[in-house]
Amino acid sequence: MSHAIAQPPPELTREHALALLRDMLLVRRFEEKTVELYSAGKIRGFLHLYIGEEAVAAGAMRALSPDDRIVATYREHGQALLRGISAGAVMAEMFGRANGCSRGRGGSMHLFDAARRFYGGYAIVGGGLPVAVGLALADRLLQRSCITACFFGDGAVAEGEFHESLNLAALWSLPVLFLCENNYYAMGTALERHQAEPDIALKAAAYRMRSEVVDGMDVLAVEEATRRAARQVRESHSPVLLELRTYRFRAHSMYDPDLYRSKEEIERWRQRCPIKKFVERLREWDWLTDASYAELEAEIGGVVQRAVAEAEAGPLEPVADLLTDTCTPRDRPHDVPVAPQRASPP
Amino acid sequence: MTKITYREAVRAGLRAALSRDERVFLMGEDVGRYGGAYACSRGLLDEFGPERIRDTPLSESTFVGAGIGAALGGMRPIVEVMTVNFSLLALDQVVNNAATLRHMSGGQFSVPLIVRMATGGGRQLAAQHSHSLEVWYAHIPGIRVLSPATVQDAHDMLLAALDEPDPVFLFEHALLYPQEGDLDESLGPADLEHAALRHRGEHLTIVTYGGSLWKALAAADRLQAEGIGADVIDLRVLRPLDMPTVLESVARTHRALVVDEGWRTGSLAGEISAQIIEGAFYELDAPVSRLCSAEVPMPYAQQLEEAALPQVQSIVAAAKELVTHG
Ligand SMILES: Cc1ncc(C[n+]2csc(CCOP(=O)(O)OP(=O)(O)O)c2C)c(N)n1
Ligand SMILES: [Mg+2]
Repeated sequence: MSHAIAQPPPELTREHALALLRDMLLVRRFEEKTVELYSAGKIRGFLHLYIGEEAVAAGAMRALSPDDRIVATYREHGQALLRGISAGAVMAEMFGRANGCSRGRGGSMHLFDAARRFYGGYAIVGGGLPVAVGLALADRLLQRSCITACFFGDGAVAEGEFHESLNLAALWSLPVLFLCENNYYAMGTALERHQAEPDIALKAAAYRMRSEVVDGMDVLAVEEATRRAARQVRESHSPVLLELRTYRFRAHSMYDPDLYRSKEEIERWRQRCPIKKFVERLREWDWLTDASYAELEAEIGGVVQRAVAEAEAGPLEPVADLLTDTCTPRDRPHDVPVAPQRASPP
Repeated sequence: MTKITYREAVRAGLRAALSRDERVFLMGEDVGRYGGAYACSRGLLDEFGPERIRDTPLSESTFVGAGIGAALGGMRPIVEVMTVNFSLLALDQVVNNAATLRHMSGGQFSVPLIVRMATGGGRQLAAQHSHSLEVWYAHIPGIRVLSPATVQDAHDMLLAALDEPDPVFLFEHALLYPQEGDLDESLGPADLEHAALRHRGEHLTIVTYGGSLWKALAAADRLQAEGIGADVIDLRVLRPLDMPTVLESVARTHRALVVDEGWRTGSLAGEISAQIIEGAFYELDAPVSRLCSAEVPMPYAQQLEEAALPQVQSIVAAAKELVTHG
């Protein structure tokens, strides 16, 4: 290890560093459990693992405020857990139970939580970006100070909605933080096989938007960059794009035989595992002992175990309620219009 | 009561919506400086300013999606899409987001969004500007689909849609914009659940909506002169369909003709026919009859376009056939 990181960054506290480690480990252990449960048939449907990419959600979520809004993709267990949706509610959702965070209507790909301003996992690639732009438009029009953080993959960059959304957010100066999780693959299609210009951050320039490339395997780098970018968005009232370079260690989904990349490539990236690397640094700084690491693992093991128990115990929604929440019930009390404050337009 | 055009009624509805609720804003292509492709929003930019009358780039998917996001964020967006043909670029946002968010989130989020668009043929605009694709929208659970055919409905349904907690899609037949009618601004909120019986007669029921309503009413007048009485039902709401009103009429007339500007295969006319058969089979004295657009991309040439669309004459002929031979 180089001497440069033998000392922790001056502003970093041990407590905060351990919180970041805990965040990443929670996501990792939670997902490892879901793999087991998937094999056992408890979890069905599509399951997209975040394993390898944990530093992105961990760093980003610590840098956002509770008022900010989150829009994510189908690969959103990390974002959901670290936004504060309980492991039990996420697990129950994956079990399809009524105590799931989307009442069992969404599953792994569609986690929602209004109280945590988590506007969901979107499983149409690129489909969340316009929604994020609209949330930010509402905040601008209502003069709120929150921002909308919008996660999406490198694959989404090829969609028209990526370009339309960056353009509209920049044109209208909307507070959106675009967070591109570039894991170098869109399913089996490598970045250089789907992008004529594989440098994603460069694309922001076409919309006169600020952008930055971030090492998405380094939780401290992600947190620092997100904090800075979020401040820019908040202060300049205009969008920023971060390209977070990362890698998924597992297949695209549980259906994917992973035939399109070499074992060597995966192994090379595994050497950069964000958790392993961070643990090494913490040890170098004497911030983590074997005993405290074991304690952390045990604590997280307990959280995951309780989440599974909560999911197992969760009620099944009665089939009689099948159509519930397709539309809002007609007898719902009428919403009250907000009367204009002024007679004439602004 | 004032006599105004359908276009003016839409504009009056927009103006009333913008005046009534600060959260309302209008966005779409050319709604501001240009005044709207069909001039529905002319003058509103001066009146309400650019924050509330927002010209968008040509990004249908993103400005419809942004409408969804803004609705989630507490606003009451009204999105204008120039025509239903262009709305296809935004269908992903409609089908996969607007219609699903409430359900997928287990009821945590609803999307009080209004989307308006022009639809229909009859102006020699050929095969990319003339189709009636309302049925594509009426297929989708989670949204409400409206088809105002009168000046009163053009105004009132838009305003009533503002009170809806879920997405509402309004289809305005482009031929109706210059048409005049009476507007009574004192009537209060429109009913967004029921069809309307616009003409009474005892021999058959003509079920229709949108631009075809006026052709059906003209046909009913001609039929009456020949001693054939037609109930003419204006569906008004294309999703969810008000079948009780249709079935009640069919139970009286025992014959049904559905007139629909959409293509026959997979049409609303097909859905309505099926529901009449399910709900009033033993009331029928003849098979349900359908008059739809010919199954061809809309041709440009005038005589061909006329032949492709239901017309007064073809409605009269279909009605007579149904009453005399059906
Ligand atoms: C519009 C659309 N096209 C195709 C798919 C199928 N699909 C699901 S995920 C995916 C790859 C997306 O890659 P990326 O955006 O890089 O995200 P990642 O899975 O790498 O996190 C594809 C093609 C989809 N869900 N939506
Ligand atoms: Mg990817």
